[in-house]
Amino acid sequence: MKIGTPKEIFDGENRVAMTPDSARQLQKLGYECAIESGAGLAAGFSDATYEEAGVEVIKTAAALWKEVDIIAKVRQPNETELKRLNSEKTLISFFNPGGNEDGMELAKAKGANVIAMEMVPRISRAQKMDALSSMANIAGYRAVIEAGNNFGRFFTGQVTAAGKVPPAKVLVVGAGVAGLAAIGTSTSLGAITLAFDVRPEVAEQVESMGAEFVYLDFEEEGGDGAATGGYASVQSDEFREAQLAKFRELAPEVDIVITTALIPNREAPELWTKDMVEAMKPGSVIVDLAAEKGGNCKLTVADEKIVTDNGVTIIGYTDFPSRMAAQASSLYATNIRHMMADLTPEKDGQINHDMEDDVIRGATVTFEGEITFPPPPPKVQAIAAQPKKEVKELTPEEIRAQEVAEFKKQTKNQVTLLTVGAVLLLGVGLVAPASFMQHFIVFVLSVFVGFQVIWNVAHSLHTPLMAVTNAISSIIILGALMQIGSGSFLVILLAALSVFMTGINIFGGFLVTRRMLAMFQKS
Amino acid sequence: MDFGFTTAAYVVAAVLFILSLGGLSGQESAKRAVWYGIVGMALAVFATLIGPGAGLWWLSILLIPAGGIIGYQLANRVQMTQMPELVAAMHSLVGLAAVFVGFIAHIELGRVMVMGAEEKKALEGFAKLLAKKDAVEIGILRVELFLGIFIGAVTFTGSVVAYGKLAGKLTSAATKLPGGHALNAGAAILSLITLIWYCNTGGFLPLAIMTIAALFIGYHLIMGIGGADMPVVVSMLNSYSGWAAAAIGFSLGNDLLIVVGALVGSSGAILSYIMCKAMNRSFISVILGGFGGAAGPAMEVEGEQVAIDADGVATALEEADSIVIIPGYGMAVAQAQQNVAELTRRLRAKGKTVRFAIHPVAGRLPGHMNVLLAEAKVPYDIVLEMDEINDDFPETDVSIVIGSNDIVNPAAQEDPNSPIAGMPVLECWKSKQVFVSKRGQGTGYSGIENPLFFKENTRMFYGDAKKSLDDLLTRIS
Repeated sequence: MKIGTPKEIFDGENRVAMTPDSARQLQKLGYECAIESGAGLAAGFSDATYEEAGVEVIKTAAALWKEVDIIAKVRQPNETELKRLNSEKTLISFFNPGGNEDGMELAKAKGANVIAMEMVPRISRAQKMDALSSMANIAGYRAVIEAGNNFGRFFTGQVTAAGKVPPAKVLVVGAGVAGLAAIGTSTSLGAITLAFDVRPEVAEQVESMGAEFVYLDFEEEGGDGAATGGYASVQSDEFREAQLAKFRELAPEVDIVITTALIPNREAPELWTKDMVEAMKPGSVIVDLAAEKGGNCKLTVADEKIVTDNGVTIIGYTDFPSRMAAQASSLYATNIRHMMADLTPEKDGQINHDMEDDVIRGATVTFEGEITFPPPPPKVQAIAAQPKKEVKELTPEEIRAQEVAEFKKQTKNQVTLLTVGAVLLLGVGLVAPASFMQHFIVFVLSVFVGFQVIWNVAHSLHTPLMAVTNAISSIIILGALMQIGSGSFLVILLAALSVFMTGINIFGGFLVTRRMLAMFQKS
Repeated sequence: MDFGFTTAAYVVAAVLFILSLGGLSGQESAKRAVWYGIVGMALAVFATLIGPGAGLWWLSILLIPAGGIIGYQLANRVQMTQMPELVAAMHSLVGLAAVFVGFIAHIELGRVMVMGAEEKKALEGFAKLLAKKDAVEIGILRVELFLGIFIGAVTFTGSVVAYGKLAGKLTSAATKLPGGHALNAGAAILSLITLIWYCNTGGFLPLAIMTIAALFIGYHLIMGIGGADMPVVVSMLNSYSGWAAAAIGFSLGNDLLIVVGALVGSSGAILSYIMCKAMNRSFISVILGGFGGAAGPAMEVEGEQVAIDADGVATALEEADSIVIIPGYGMAVAQAQQNVAELTRRLRAKGKTVRFAIHPVAGRLPGHMNVLLAEAKVPYDIVLEMDEINDDFPETDVSIVIGSNDIVNPAAQEDPNSPIAGMPVLECWKSKQVFVSKRGQGTGYSGIENPLFFKENTRMFYGDAKKSLDDLLTRIS
């Protein structure tokens, strides 16, 4: 089958869904690749580099849509594009199925299979095709860079001959993928970074990125992040109040605010109110990554950079990934490539649209003339639910009963073993002469002592144990010593050899053991 | 000196040996325990030398230090990574000594049997003991002697082969002569026949035939066991050398030999049992060699191995708070324990939690990794065993797998058809990130594909473990 990528027609969109690298990988899966002439130009990939990678360059979009079986693109397709679909074709793209009823109806009418990249479920197996995460990562990074671009000072604090520069203070609101990326970038630039999220469990991740987590003095039944697939959910009013109060307190101190708070399929929550903006120092910068959904700050104007009366810059761009088109394209193309790999289990260049597969089912919005959105919940939990400690639910009586049963079993085993052993011993005693029995008793007791003693040996000391038992087993030297004097030349020779060899063993074994043990030391 | 003194000395020596083994329950008491062993051995040898029946003591006194010098040289020269070889080689000496002592006892027995009543009275020591025996006792004596030689011979060739395999002088793969276990069984049956023959006639010929058969069994048995099972083999041979000593003790009527032989024998048996349990293998299947037949095709491994360079690993380590290092035989081969220890020191200096997870069968003999890490001065209280640390992996930021493979293979839990299904493994894939330091993309000692390398959170850090770590150390100050 043939997979093709048209030029993005959305205004200002620089990304492209196929790169020469990803095309090479797709060809390994057995696909032919095609690209519309000039599609990769804005992302820095010329037609020539595609041709070098074995990609067919097609002059017009119409011809491309007609020729290929699978269309991979970035932005949600418009009506013209959708009309080019038919029942033979599969479209892989961002689709915004939640807010794109018409698009879905049209795709359904055309009978095409549509895979929406934003619907890839958040399970670990699907991370490699999670385009939202890879784009959010870029957005977070770029948000800090944009903020720095509009911020008149250093990020790092410096003491120079020309005066002292305080470090910039950055507040990141929302520690999702974008937030964490922003935290990482900001700390690596040297700013003091604070971060907040409504999910207290991400505090650890925030701290792992080098930022300080802003805790609220608020007690609430913590919503289990796992239940919503790792996304934030709507909070209670009291919680919101506590949160805003904290932000108000922080507003005069921070120089840069990056808000990334989004709740799936809802307008972005207002977190940075007008009075907070007014409380900020002149020259401060706000980057609102939620601008597309109305913004976390109500003053944000989508796609624009504005400066408020008190000199605070508010950046409301919605195209951060597109501003880093080369990086974004290569990540997105890789996501697409992984999706194709999952769709092509046989690596034979034929799509196997397996609706039983959680990931493929979840991402598919129309399939064979049916709308399949929203998908059923995935069979695999997004994040392993907090482990339920079922063992703890045992009542004291049950534990007691278990212990008693265990004890009884042990007793039974021991008694059986002892009985069998005793009977065997008695049996031997019936036939063997007394002189043998004397030694035999010693033997049995020694085996018993050996078993008792060795169980207690620490695991880490097993090698020294082997070395020491090896040394001790050269006790056989006694046999040689006892006989060396009494007999013929052959006896003396054999005995002498034995003494010599065991001599090696005794000294070697003990010395090695000592060497080993001398190394063990406490910290 | 008279017999009573020797016996008393033996009792003291036996107690010292028991204490010596018991003291190994903790690192600190172990240092004392070795001294118990040394004193016990010195006492036993001394008492025997001055005891009844020991002639030619000047020869013994000459030979023991001669052997001792060689032993001293060996012990001081050996690299800690070569410990398994050394232990195996030394077992072979014990085995051979047991064979010789058995032969001597046979010769003595023959000599005493033909003596007249008058001459017998003049005998002393072991020969005197022999002279007193009646027909039944001599029958038992022959069985004991026979057993001692048999076990000794098996131990001897078995240890030599194990040494060859561990030292890389022989192929580590399981190889069998055509005929397989039938050959072993044949040799064992032959030995049984010669036992009956020997008991009836007392001649040297059946003894010689049996010795050759036993030597063959030892060789063939261990040749048929793959390198991955060597920890079990070494401890098993350890056990054998003990039983051989005990059997010889019976025939010589020496209680100290019996006591120590039984101690060593049971200790080796328990170690083998622990090893087998750690690998979820039955002892029989290890001894019979090769992995048990898998019930179906192994699970297909999907995904790809993603490589990472030293910079990437260094960054992740800088960011991590808790780190678990899982060393394996690859670390020993690359002699990378010093670098691992240095890495640990630097990371700990930064306030990170660094711990080691040791699988019971990591390396080529029990406790191998602990010894190497101790050599590199890694404090032993951060070296944990599998059961202690397995539950902590989900809270671990970074796991570093250095030269281990099968012991971190998730297939043991996920794929019922895997040859190692059900073997307890270190669940390092549950940590946030896993770095695997590995020479290339090949499979491990057991030749099984490892799905860990294909996991989403796994990054492959290719290259010789020592070189990789050198690289890494330049990036972590």
